[in-house]
Amino acid sequence: MIHVENLTKYYNDLCAVDQIDFDIHQGEIVGFLGPNGAGKTTTLRMLTGFLRPTSGSIRVKDYTIEEHSLDIKKLLGYLPEAAPLYHDMLAYDYLNYVADIRKLEKQKKKSMIRKLAHLCGLNDVMHRPIGELSKGYKQRVGLAHAMMNDPEILILDEPTSGLDPNQIVEIREIIRQIGKEKTVILSTHILNEVEATCDRILIINNGKIVADGSMETIKRSGSGEYVISVSLKNAVSESVEKELGSIDGVIGVVAVNDDQNFLNVRLSCRSSDDLRGEVYRKIKQTDWVLLELHQETRTLEKIFQELTREN
Amino acid sequence: MRHVIHILKKEFTGYFVSPVAYIVISIFLLVTGWFFFTPFFLYNWADLRSFFALLPTIFSFVVPAITMRLFSEEFNTGSYEILLTMPVTSWDVILGKFLAAVAFVSAMLIPTLAYPITVSFLGHLDWGPVVGGYIGAVLLGASFASVGLFASSLTRNQIIAFIVGMAICFSLTLIDKTLYFLPRELLGFLECLGAGFHFNNISKGIIDSRNILYFLSISFVALYGTHLVMQEKS
Repeated sequence: MIHVENLTKYYNDLCAVDQIDFDIHQGEIVGFLGPNGAGKTTTLRMLTGFLRPTSGSIRVKDYTIEEHSLDIKKLLGYLPEAAPLYHDMLAYDYLNYVADIRKLEKQKKKSMIRKLAHLCGLNDVMHRPIGELSKGYKQRVGLAHAMMNDPEILILDEPTSGLDPNQIVEIREIIRQIGKEKTVILSTHILNEVEATCDRILIINNGKIVADGSMETIKRSGSGEYVISVSLKNAVSESVEKELGSIDGVIGVVAVNDDQNFLNVRLSCRSSDDLRGEVYRKIKQTDWVLLELHQETRTLEKIFQELTREN
Repeated sequence: MRHVIHILKKEFTGYFVSPVAYIVISIFLLVTGWFFFTPFFLYNWADLRSFFALLPTIFSFVVPAITMRLFSEEFNTGSYEILLTMPVTSWDVILGKFLAAVAFVSAMLIPTLAYPITVSFLGHLDWGPVVGGYIGAVLLGASFASVGLFASSLTRNQIIAFIVGMAICFSLTLIDKTLYFLPRELLGFLECLGAGFHFNNISKGIIDSRNILYFLSISFVALYGTHLVMQEKS
């Protein structure tokens, strides 16, 4: 659906996006993740044709951005960061104007505006100036704007920034509903947002893609270490550290007594091999009582920090 | 082309939503009314010459005030991004905004029709120069609007847009009045650059293609400049 190759953008001497490649397929909800200033907005702006790339190519379906930017714009719905709308206009007038620009027929225009007002919960504010609306409502007007042409691809730049927790949940719910039928690309620096909504994650840092894949693949890949957590009874921390530390592949052992006299042990392991069997066999040779043994999955926060700090 | 009409409609109604339109119109009518009627009764001439003579100067202030928000406001609020990511070309945007400003200038001129009507009751009015004057006024307004639009596309600050636009319009108005200071070889050329010179010809009732061409080319150059600025921004 979208094919990006070697995309680069310089602002004067500053490199905002540095030779990135990715493909986005139909029906995916893709999250662009990255710290502030990583190049998310610049990438999205190039996808929408608002900025011209310094070099590289963008193809949407069979269109290239240089030659068919108007055709691409017809396929896209875009909500820029912080929904910069015309503050003097009434919400209804604004949506009407957008529908006119999107060349909707008169009948279709009416039904579309009604449908979007319902979907985005705008019915109560249709006849108020956009400048007077709260941030959450502005964002929803922006969403309605982006969906006016029933776009095949919806691009949302930080759709939930500045909203309160209730509004965030509502907007996410809307995005998930839209994502059932459409390709959605959203950018954010809020981690649980992608965890809650996206099928696939692209992590960008300093203008480069540092990770690309589903939540699971990203969690599994990464720094080369993982943690096995073990709970033991009838064990002394010194001997546990010595015994388990002797397993090949274990890098570090930390054992802590908790208040019920259970010993909680965290083993850092090299990720090349699965050591849970080894650990179990080792414990079986002793008279410790094994209460719990599991491999900890890494949270997205951890991965994000690791990936974006290294560079 | 349909996009141009939608943008024109939106920008034109936008003028009347904000108080700017009403302020600008009232100031324009006050100033022209005062400068027109003060000498009118002294000279006892039944014509509109003093009204049209002032128009280039007054337009140099008023038209940039009308056009200053057209792009600057969009840059400032960020709505420019929303506008340009809809399927419109830069020419759709430029022409829509330009025509909205021209329509507004024309709307502003309508109440001044009260002057020739009043005059025609008081004496024998020659309508030829009046019709010519109004055609010239719209052309002059259009070329100043395009200059103002260009100034607005340069900056996100409306005040800077106003001052730049006013400076250019004012130079165009004054250039044929400062000819004494300029070298003789350039006189013919520089006189042709002046908006006042061409406007005076039309407002005498002589509609010459050269004068019309002058205003159209000023508009074209300024609008093309705006197009280049927009290309540069992306």
